[in-house]
Amino acid sequence: MGKQATRITVNGKSHARVVESRLTLADFLRHELGLTGTHLGCEHGVCGACTVLLDGRTARACLMFAVQANGSEVTTVEGLTPDDGLSVLQQAFMDNHGLQCGFCTPGMLITLTELLRDNPDPTEHDVRDALTGNLCRCTGYAGIVKAALDAAQRLRSGSGA
Amino acid sequence: MKPAPFDYHAPRQLTEAAELLATLPNAKILAGGQSLVPMMNFRYVIVDHLVDLGHIDDLRGIAVIDGRLRIGAMMRQRDLETSPEIARHCPLLAEALRHVGHRQTRNRGTIGGSLAHADPAAELPAVCAAYDAVLHLASIRGLRSVPFREFSLGFMTTALAPDEMIAAIELPIWRLGHGHGFHEFARRHGDFALAGAAALLDIGAGNVVRRAALSLFGVAEQPVRVDAAEAALTGKAPDSRVIHDAAAAAWLIEPISDIHAGGDYRRHLAQVLSARALVDAARRGGVEV
Repeated sequence: MGKQATRITVNGKSHARVVESRLTLADFLRHELGLTGTHLGCEHGVCGACTVLLDGRTARACLMFAVQANGSEVTTVEGLTPDDGLSVLQQAFMDNHGLQCGFCTPGMLITLTELLRDNPDPTEHDVRDALTGNLCRCTGYAGIVKAALDAAQRLRSGSGA
Repeated sequence: MKPAPFDYHAPRQLTEAAELLATLPNAKILAGGQSLVPMMNFRYVIVDHLVDLGHIDDLRGIAVIDGRLRIGAMMRQRDLETSPEIARHCPLLAEALRHVGHRQTRNRGTIGGSLAHADPAAELPAVCAAYDAVLHLASIRGLRSVPFREFSLGFMTTALAPDEMIAAIELPIWRLGHGHGFHEFARRHGDFALAGAAALLDIGAGNVVRRAALSLFGVAEQPVRVDAAEAALTGKAPDSRVIHDAAAAAWLIEPISDIHAGGDYRRHLAQVLSARALVDAARRGGVEV
């Protein structure tokens, strides 16, 4: 029942698959493409771990079907990471204890990538507001907020590290 | 945690979507999916056919027509939140949208989807109640227009027929310079509100309220207009005492009790949030309170 031909560009590379209609975008990324950086926590849109960029805007990959993304461009955490080393935001997470177990981190990075793109000089309130849709059970958020503000500062001053 | 199998349809025309909804057995509309897909993942909802409205151009767009703001049902909440036309003509809607879920869900969620889902704690139905919005519903039988108070029938229940979809929402535009206020209480930002209030005030010469609208959400099975508060404000200068007397009418609601909050607490919140929303509306309408 219900298979569809679907073509999705993920991290710059086009992928064509025939998939079940009920396959979520998150499962498409993880199981069809092996991109397991997108994590699945709650599978009902609460935890934010599966957040990806869909045509440049954050979306819950567990709350849409792969067939809906037909013709779209998706960026996952793998796509944020340079071939060599870490992105400025990722490095800031490492430097500021922005992660412990790392489960929420891909979603956090995607959400903050959108925020810093649209608002290069966010206040702490802006960062906390952006992160309301991403749950972290380790850090208490303090390190994540610090990392986001640190990354914003580094990006504004143009110093990569 | 995975949905049951279904067939997916992505019509490009409204008529095609209406035809599919009228003919396919056990079909459901997919708008933004931010409420439906979780329910499908939990298998609270099992469908045989999903009709995705995301590719129908006729369901998008914002236009000002004859003093009314017309919004396509498939407009994403985030696009409405950042729209200059919404900010100018219906600032209450723009403010309410910032409380709807999270940015990640607003990027996908639509105004039509929220209204059709009709969660009692949702912000957008309360805004439509305050504006006396008119909903345009489409089906194989054509279009019909339904005022919001006839559209909203009860707990997650609307006047939509099973094969019918919301095509557009029309909000009457209030006079430029009117005031608006929106307050809700949730345990965390983005959570479902325990209670909330949306207010509109048109304040004329002599600081007298010419027209008032106050709606509450999260407190009852559907959004409620507080007619007694509106009557108490109209024709008066909205000082602190007048506003608090008007907000006291929120005590008259029949609140719901659940594990999140008792009815007495919701009634208390309704009054406090009504007063705050009305104070904001009065200030934005040009009166110091």
